[in-house]
Amino acid sequence: MGYPHPIHATETPVLSTHFGEVEARSYSGWVARGGYEGLRKALTMTPEQIVDEVKASGLRGRGGAGFPTGLKWSFMPKDDGKPHYLCCNADESEPGTFKDREILRWTPHALIEGCAIAALAIRAEVSYIYIRGEYTEPYHILQAAVDEAYAAGALGPNAFGSGKPLEMIVHRGAGAYICGEETALMNSLEGRRGNPRIKPPFPAVSGLFGQPTTINNVETLAAVPHILMRGAAWYAGLCLGNPKSTGTKLISVCGHVQRPGTYEITLGLPMRDLIFEACGGMLPGRTLKAVIPGGSSVPIMTPDEVDRCVTDYEGIAAEGSLLGSGGMIVMDDTTDIVYQIMRLARFYAHESCAQCTNCREGTGWTTRILERIVAGKGKASDLDLLMDLAENMTGKTICVLSDSCATPVVSGIQKFRPDFEAYLSGARAPVSLGI
Amino acid sequence: MSSHAAEPHTPVFVGAALAQLEALAPKYPTRMALLLPALWIVQQERGWVSDGAIHEVAEQLELTPAYVRGVITFYTMYHTHPVGRHFIQVCTTSPCNLCGAEDVARALLEHTGCGELGATSPDGRFTVVEAECLGGCGFTTPLLIDDDFIEGVTVATVPAVLERYS
Repeated sequence: MGYPHPIHATETPVLSTHFGEVEARSYSGWVARGGYEGLRKALTMTPEQIVDEVKASGLRGRGGAGFPTGLKWSFMPKDDGKPHYLCCNADESEPGTFKDREILRWTPHALIEGCAIAALAIRAEVSYIYIRGEYTEPYHILQAAVDEAYAAGALGPNAFGSGKPLEMIVHRGAGAYICGEETALMNSLEGRRGNPRIKPPFPAVSGLFGQPTTINNVETLAAVPHILMRGAAWYAGLCLGNPKSTGTKLISVCGHVQRPGTYEITLGLPMRDLIFEACGGMLPGRTLKAVIPGGSSVPIMTPDEVDRCVTDYEGIAAEGSLLGSGGMIVMDDTTDIVYQIMRLARFYAHESCAQCTNCREGTGWTTRILERIVAGKGKASDLDLLMDLAENMTGKTICVLSDSCATPVVSGIQKFRPDFEAYLSGARAPVSLGI
Repeated sequence: MSSHAAEPHTPVFVGAALAQLEALAPKYPTRMALLLPALWIVQQERGWVSDGAIHEVAEQLELTPAYVRGVITFYTMYHTHPVGRHFIQVCTTSPCNLCGAEDVARALLEHTGCGELGATSPDGRFTVVEAECLGGCGFTTPLLIDDDFIEGVTVATVPAVLERYS
């Protein structure tokens, strides 16, 4: 649900505590809620101490990859004499994912504070927050908050009188999903086409403007002030499942549930509790058909897998999918899953930056084959062809957009083959495509 | 890209717009990094990015027009043609699609008079395009009309939403 919404018993509000409170958007409102104490504390710590605290908390990247945040920060060089940069990835564009938008809209100062602390940890003086162009309202709210933070002295050449400079710049994207890929984001910020870069070199060696750079997701950074204030042990103690998955996670649930919206759970919550309790389950008379648990790029899950699944990094991986961004797409028994997979493939074809052949051609071919299947013109060999294409789109390109297109196709064919065969045999009537 | 080179170009980067661009310059170590912000300023001032504006941006940022054009065409949000007074983006990606977004898109085409995606209504009031994931998946169907993000639009509410834009 949107905010404010009544907190469900399955939720653990940490980041979302002040969602829905308009006053929390202002500097004074944020300070009244305990804001900026984490930054004040960080200003008294060494970079190593901040990194160690975040390492001990077990915080992992909330953008999709789940890489340990403190470890990522520790890759930044020391005493290299170069400018370092922090990039905040606010290019939230993964279908099903709308959680960062809530942080940007309701608690922009939590993000600013998290960015400032991360910048101190990696010895960066400048942070860039790259926000997707379509997030117009969040952009205006965030920019106003940054302006206020400068006016209050939290940001600027002498943050809170510490003698340390903390500059922060909000940079608007202009409509390109791929710019959420970290190196594409850096290219875009530099004023280039958003083509991902070949790694290595990794951003910690050569990132934005060729300098050592760390890039973190909005939700990851927003968790950091809480960790500094309440301690790594407290954060690590927020865990219902595997000790490698600590803390809370914002899960944005959409599709066929009674109460779609963003929910904050302690990692390890049974997926069923989230879907059937917090979100109110299916609409009357409907049953669950499939769930894509972590943004559109992860494998589709069946109801049996959902029943067994614990919502954390390891739990979802054990059921063959991924926690990813935490964008959960729920589909009931009325769903034409073949059509929806076609629609996802079309998304990736549209968003391919087109620099790698396997992605540029593969996403287009996949889309056209799926389109002909739902148009009733599919061939018996099309499923094999799709699987063959998917194999050639996986692990073959500079970034994983190509893999992301292949993933729902492969898991869809493996788990919902009769739905595809119904189109191929003519048992299911063809449908018209798009608008 | 259509050429509008024959039309005289009135410079965008004078007065407040130039001041806005130059205020951003110290925030970046290169002039090239000002490209996306500069294009946003052009679009905010003129509604679209003309050929003349491309040349002007290139000159301001010490880039070639071909380079600027190459960057513009990578992104979906810069208009390289004039569009209607109100630009409507409707999300039809899977999460919204599941919840009836294509019907909302059809209703928008009908009630605006645009007829087809990408077209501008005969009265010049609206242009409607499909967008890929607007990040409002839980509040279907989301629209972005100019800078206004509107959640929860249904076929039934389309006429009332459009009425707010003259």
